[in-house]
Amino acid sequence: MDNLITVTSLLYVLSSVGYILFLFFQKEYLHRIGQIFLATGFLCNSILIGYYYAKTGQIPVGNLHETLLVAGWAVAGVFFAFQYKFRVKVLGGYAALLAAVCVVASFLIPGRIVETRTIFNSFWLIAHVVSIFVGHAAFAMACGAGLLYIAQENAIKTKKHGFFYKRLPSLDLLDSTGYASIATGFTLLTIGLITGFIYAKSVWGRFWSWDPKEVWSGITWLLYAAILHGRLTVGWRGKKAAAMAIIGFAVVLFTFFGVNFFLKGHHGIFTR
Amino acid sequence: MVEIILLGLNHKTAPVEIRERLAVSKEEAAAMLDAIKESASVNEVVLFSTCNRVEILMAAGDKAAAVETAKRHLSEIKKVPLSQFRDLIYVHEGDEAVRHIFRVASSLDSMMVGEPQILGQIKEAYFNATKRKTSGVILNRLLHRTFFTAKRIRTETGIGDHAVSISYAAIELARKIFGQLEGKKVLLIGAGEMAELAVEHLLKNRVKEIFVANRTFKNGVELAGRFGGSAIRFEEIPGFILQVDIIISSTGSPDIIVTKDQVKHIMPGRRNRPLFFIDIAVPRDIDPAINKLNNAYVYDIDDLNGIIDENLEDRNKEAIKGERIIDGVVISFRQWLDGLEVVPTIIELRKKIDSIVTAEIQRTIQSMNLPESDREAFDRMKNALINKIMHHPTLLLKRDGCHGSNSAYIDITRKLFNLDE
Repeated sequence: MDNLITVTSLLYVLSSVGYILFLFFQKEYLHRIGQIFLATGFLCNSILIGYYYAKTGQIPVGNLHETLLVAGWAVAGVFFAFQYKFRVKVLGGYAALLAAVCVVASFLIPGRIVETRTIFNSFWLIAHVVSIFVGHAAFAMACGAGLLYIAQENAIKTKKHGFFYKRLPSLDLLDSTGYASIATGFTLLTIGLITGFIYAKSVWGRFWSWDPKEVWSGITWLLYAAILHGRLTVGWRGKKAAAMAIIGFAVVLFTFFGVNFFLKGHHGIFTR
Repeated sequence: MVEIILLGLNHKTAPVEIRERLAVSKEEAAAMLDAIKESASVNEVVLFSTCNRVEILMAAGDKAAAVETAKRHLSEIKKVPLSQFRDLIYVHEGDEAVRHIFRVASSLDSMMVGEPQILGQIKEAYFNATKRKTSGVILNRLLHRTFFTAKRIRTETGIGDHAVSISYAAIELARKIFGQLEGKKVLLIGAGEMAELAVEHLLKNRVKEIFVANRTFKNGVELAGRFGGSAIRFEEIPGFILQVDIIISSTGSPDIIVTKDQVKHIMPGRRNRPLFFIDIAVPRDIDPAINKLNNAYVYDIDDLNGIIDENLEDRNKEAIKGERIIDGVVISFRQWLDGLEVVPTIIELRKKIDSIVTAEIQRTIQSMNLPESDREAFDRMKNALINKIMHHPTLLLKRDGCHGSNSAYIDITRKLFNLDE
C-alpha cells in the first residue's frame, strides 16, 4: 500500500501541474488532463482509505499521516462536487494543489497503524469525522473562490486588466461559489459538532469538555454563522465576503492543525 | 500550366473615393464573372467586393492575359477608366495569391484584425460564382481550404477574442461582473449612438428591463418605445438606481448627474448587489469616485478605450499565430496543386508511348498477314511493354513531393517527351 500512496501523490501533483498550465494557457485539453489526473488520484485515495479501514476496522484519522490522507481526499471530492454545479475551472489549480500538499505531506510523515481501540468504533464517530472533514474542505473551496474573487475584483476596479481578468470567471460566479461553499461547509460543520457532542457523551459522559479543539471548533462555527448571518441580513457580499472566507479558512486551519501542535486536549490522541 | 492569380485593391492601397467607385454589386458581379469566364485565357474566376476591397481570384494558363482581361472588365463594368486605378491594383500569383486569400478570409488583412464579417462575405461571393459555374476544380478546392483555414485560425488563435468596440467592451465587462446578463435591469440616461448600441447589445443578451431617463420626457418615451422599455423622469433616477444593475449614461450635461453620496446611500438598500456604471458622456455624468465604493464599478469612455487598445494589441499578437498556420496551409495547397498536374502528365505520357508502339506494331504486322490470334498476342505484348515502361516514371511522378516540389519532374517529363506540343 506504500506504492498506492506514492501513486496518489503523483497523480495529485500531475493534476496540479495540468490545472496550473490551464490557468496560464487556457487550453481545454490541459483542463481535461488536470481533471482526469485528479479523478484518478481521488479514486486511488478512496481505495487507500478503504484499505486502512478494512485493516484496522476504524476510520483512518489516528495520526497526522492518516488525517492528511483523509483531508486530501475530502478536498478533491468536494472540488468535484462543486465543479459539477459551478464550473469554476481555474479553481482546479487551487484544489489539486491543496490535495497534493495534503497527500504528499502524509506520504512524508511516517504512519504507524494505531491498534484498534473500541472508542474509535462508532457510527457517531464516523459521522463526526466525515462531516467535519468534508465541511472543512468546503471552507477551503470558499477560501479559494475568495482569493480568485479578490484578484478579479482588483482587476476590474483598478481597470488594469492583466493576467487574471481574462482567465478568471465573472465576479458573480465566484461570489456565489464562495457563498454556496460556506453554506455547505457550515451545514456540515454543524452536523459534525452535533454528532461529536453525541459521541463525546457516549464516551466521556459529557457533551462538552472545554477541550481546545472543541473551543476552536466553536469559534469557527460562530465565525461562519456570523458570515452567513451578515450575508442574509445586510448583504455582506463581494469583496467583504471574500475576505471573510479567507479569514475563516485561516481559523479552520488553526483549529485543524494549530491546536494539535500548540495546545493539548483529548483530540490530541487522534492526530499526534 | 494553370496558376492561381489574384488581383484587386483594398483599404491599404486605394483611397475610399476609388474603392466606392469600384465596389461591385451582386448583379454587376454576376455579369463580370460571366464576361471574364468567356475569355480564353481564364479557366476559373471568383470575385468579391466589400466596402474595404475588390478582389478577383482566377485560375488561368496565361497570367498576363488573365490580369489584363480582369482589369479591363472591371473598368468597363464600373465605367471607371483604367488609368485612374491601374497603379492602385496589386497582383499576386501562385503561392502569394493563395496566401493572400487565406489572410483576407481569416481577417488578418482586415482594417480591424479579427472582424468576423469578411468570411461570410467571401462565402457569399463564392456561392455566387458557383451559381454562375465560373468556379472549377482548382478554385473550389482553394475556397474550401480557405473557409477551413479561416475557421481554424478563429478557433486556434485569439484573433476574434475580446471586444474592439466601445459598446462590446462595455458588454464584456458587464459579463465579467454579472456572469449572466439575463434578467438584469438597465437604466439608460440620455441618448446617443454608442449608448443606444450598447443597449441593443444588452437586449440581445436578454436583459430583463430597460428604463430610459431623459431631460425631455417626450424624447425618453420615444427612445424607450424603440427598446420596448419604459421612460422615467429625470428626477426619478436615484429611485431607479435602487433596482437596476447596469447604468449607461450619455447626456450633454456639463455637471455630474449621479453623485457618490447618492450611490453610497442606495447600496445598503440594494443589499450590496453589484452596480455597473458605463459613462459614455464627455464631460462625465457619473462621479468617478463611485468606483471607490464596494460593489460599484464605474467605467468612463477613456477606460473603455484603454481596454480596446489592450484587446487590439492582443489580437495583433494572435495574428502572428494565424500567419504561421497559413504558412503551413499554403504549402499543403501547393502540394495538392502540383499533384493535380501529375495525373494528366501520366495519362499524356501513356498516350504518347501507346501511339508510338501502336504505330510501329501496325507497320510491322501489315506486311506479315498474321491470323487474328497472333494479332492479339501483339496487342498483349504492346500493353505489357507500355506498363513496364510506365512503371518507374509513374512511381517517380506520383511520389509525395516532400523533398520540395514535384513540378520539376513533371516539367522535365513533359519536355523529354514533348507533351506540350
